[in-house]
Amino acid sequence: MAGITGKDTVLTAYAVALEQEAPKGRSLTQDALRRLFANKAAVVSIFLLAAVILIAIFGPYFLPWSYDKIDWTSIRKPPDFAKGHFLGTDQNGRDMAARILQGTQMSLTVAGVATVVSVVIGIAYGAIAGYFGGRIDAAMMRFVDIMYALPYILFVIILVVIFGRSPVLLFVGIGCLEWLTMARIVRGQTLSIKEREFIEAARAGGAKPFTIIFRHIVPNLTGPVVIYATLTVPEIILTESFLSYLGLGVQEPQTSLGTLISFGAPVAEALPWMLFGPALFLVLMLVCFSYIGDGLRDALDPKDR
Amino acid sequence: MKQVLSVQDMSVTFALHNSEVHAVREMNFTLGEGETLAVVGESGSGKSQAFLAIMGLLARNGRTGGRAMMGDVNLIGMAPDQLDRYRGKDIAMIFQDPMTSLNPSLKVKTQLSEVLVKHRGFDRDKATKSAVEMLERVGIPEPVKRANAYPHQLSGGMRQRVMIAMALLCQPKILIADEPTTALDVTVQAQMLDLFKTLTDDFGTSLVLITHDLGVVAGVADRMMVMYGGRAVEKGGVDDLFYDPRHPYTLGLLHSTPHIAKRAARLDPIQGLPPSLEHLPKGCSFNPRCAFAFDRCLVERPPLGDAGDGREKACFYEGPMAYGQVA
Amino acid sequence: MISYAFRRVLSAIPIVFLTITVCFFILRLAPGGPFDGERALPANVLKNLRAHYNLDQPILTQFFIYVGGVLRGDFGPSMVMEDFTVSRLLSIGLPFTLMLGFTAFIVGTLAGLVAGALAAVNQNRWPDYLLVFVVLIPLIIPNFLMANLAQLIFGVYLGWLPVGGYRPGSYINLVMPIIILAMPHGARVARLVRGSMIEVLGTNYIRTARSKGLGAALILTRHAIKPALLPVVSYLGPGLSYLLTGSLVVEQIFALPGIGKYFITAALNRDYGLVLGTTILYVFIILALNLIVDVLYAWLDPKVRLN
Repeated sequence: MAGITGKDTVLTAYAVALEQEAPKGRSLTQDALRRLFANKAAVVSIFLLAAVILIAIFGPYFLPWSYDKIDWTSIRKPPDFAKGHFLGTDQNGRDMAARILQGTQMSLTVAGVATVVSVVIGIAYGAIAGYFGGRIDAAMMRFVDIMYALPYILFVIILVVIFGRSPVLLFVGIGCLEWLTMARIVRGQTLSIKEREFIEAARAGGAKPFTIIFRHIVPNLTGPVVIYATLTVPEIILTESFLSYLGLGVQEPQTSLGTLISFGAPVAEALPWMLFGPALFLVLMLVCFSYIGDGLRDALDPKDR
Repeated sequence: MKQVLSVQDMSVTFALHNSEVHAVREMNFTLGEGETLAVVGESGSGKSQAFLAIMGLLARNGRTGGRAMMGDVNLIGMAPDQLDRYRGKDIAMIFQDPMTSLNPSLKVKTQLSEVLVKHRGFDRDKATKSAVEMLERVGIPEPVKRANAYPHQLSGGMRQRVMIAMALLCQPKILIADEPTTALDVTVQAQMLDLFKTLTDDFGTSLVLITHDLGVVAGVADRMMVMYGGRAVEKGGVDDLFYDPRHPYTLGLLHSTPHIAKRAARLDPIQGLPPSLEHLPKGCSFNPRCAFAFDRCLVERPPLGDAGDGREKACFYEGPMAYGQVA
Repeated sequence: MISYAFRRVLSAIPIVFLTITVCFFILRLAPGGPFDGERALPANVLKNLRAHYNLDQPILTQFFIYVGGVLRGDFGPSMVMEDFTVSRLLSIGLPFTLMLGFTAFIVGTLAGLVAGALAAVNQNRWPDYLLVFVVLIPLIIPNFLMANLAQLIFGVYLGWLPVGGYRPGSYINLVMPIIILAMPHGARVARLVRGSMIEVLGTNYIRTARSKGLGAALILTRHAIKPALLPVVSYLGPGLSYLLTGSLVVEQIFALPGIGKYFITAALNRDYGLVLGTTILYVFIILALNLIVDVLYAWLDPKVRLN
């Protein structure tokens, strides 16, 4: 489940470091990225992952079958290159390869949208908390601490129950619960910049402190956001797979890797390709993310090893 | 005088990814019963590493060569479980930073009594009782209360006293004190040194006092050994070296120590920086900073040789040296 | 330390209240909820709901009645299963889930502790490398996949263990579920212990302990363990959350009679009463366990305890 990348600890430590570094925030990030690219396993993973993403996006154009087209002549068949079913077919005669690619697309889309949502919420929340400081900040961060301790899967499921199975709400719902760490980072940056900026603003006279802070936070955020996204996307992929596996996620005719696995598992004894195809893609992506995440962790905190 | 420790040709080397660093080279000295030996040098001189090596406490990538004879036993190269028969019992060490050298999750009395339980076979109560007595002896008020406290509840000075008490509980023959006063306030320093003197006299313990501060040496040590770049460069009685140093580095040290260089109009630190152990100068390691260096010093390294009256020095220069002559 | 525990309990109460309040309003007002008229519920169910929720009373009174009920363990009637109340359903599954979760927690934590300590003591030698690699597997592969693979390999192909189901007393059926549930938790604990222990073994106070000739065993068990455990204990709170989510899937896949199965079925059927009731229960359990963990942390770290 979540936590394969130890995202929370890494990013929180990063948030603290940024808080203390303020103006040099950019170079801290650049430094980390440089170290990351020196890490061979991470670089290989990045390429591999990019390859998977490209295949998922463009692959379907090269496949003879689309993901929902039924081939009445090949129901439940193992991989058969002659008929163009490179990874076999499922019980309805649909091409597995196409379905797997569609599923990967879906997983990545969900992860992407949810990440964007969580970034936006996180930035807003963190900036507000940091800007106002004092008791508002304390209360808001206390809320974050509490949310951390509770199992968010429960809330996701509640959201799903309330809003039905609309995929849009799925993205938004997951995003709404993942913003915590982003908020912490942004708050840290805001706090440290606030000190400087108020003084300067007072001296310069004129522009409102809020605009100044905003103008200073946002450029410095590109680094943290990239890193945050890299660590969050796999967690969301896992969450979405988990939900889809349980039947609470993506609905027919769309499919996701989780759903494919849930269909493949009960029949894996007779039709192994139905399980191993999607499982392989999922695990491959997660392994790549894991190495990248590890690389990031080492890059952000070299004394870790 | 009976010797309690005889170190012969000791070396300490650390393996780095591409290279080796020789922290200590060709070290020879003896320690007599009840005597106090000061080991003096700047950081990087190898003074701490030498004694950590004897105690078997080097980092994983460290290797020790040579012999350190305590009685008929060679401590160097001994397996840790063998060493454990002697450490804490016959030879003990006190470290530089009292704030981090005590276990924060154990009570003081536990950390004290365990040496008696392990090495003397005392039962818990007897060991605690002795521990409290020792706390009193090292000058800690309300010893029972302190014994039941955790280290973070004690001040730095008190923690150092606890360390001393801990080291002396089994009445070891040898006590090594690595910069014991560096982390303490100046006022506390004097008390601490007094304490060392009293206790080592009382128990007949031989003391090795490692320090970079010559002010600490005077009045406590009998003999001293000056180290530079991993080697001993001068050895002898404290008075001899203080009033008649024979090595330019010793002269420089004396001259840069505030209360010793009373006569000098201003403090004269030794020019330059201590050498990096990976890139020692050719010839004598001190030659870049030496006011008395001549051609031979740049090419050949002076061996540690006899300088008369039980003194040794590693220097080619034979002329007079006095304050005011340091470059 | 008692006062510390007491203060922690006090701070947890508002959270429980908040949860109950939120749940009540979701129940009452959310779209697709029982009172929406959006769905056609079976007549009996509607009758039960009406009666229980006293819909003719002002909403605030309804709220207090609900809270009162919850505090007495009454979560109202199920919206899908006509003759059952939520609490009745929960009480059937709860003991099992608690047993499963608790056992997996113990197994995982102990295994993680031992593995992590062994790796730390043998740092950079083969036991360490082996552990670091093995530990990655449960962390990367999602638990539902691992569960299915385990069923395939150990249940179907090798036939060593039963594939699922449970009758009281058939403990062999629990072996696979407990291991699958415990693995991710154990893996995280092992990682934490390894890192923390390596750090502790490099400290000055361990060096002092070595200088006292205490011996490796005594140093490990008396000097190193307590400080090394602190970060691990901090993790146990969130760790329990992960175990909980894991149990949802494990119970489903291995067809075990715990709350998880009900919860998911309820979610699929949009049985609000059951979903929310289960949530309140889960939140309560997790807060309680977090509390215990916090107290444990205070006991381990004298600096916290004495303040």
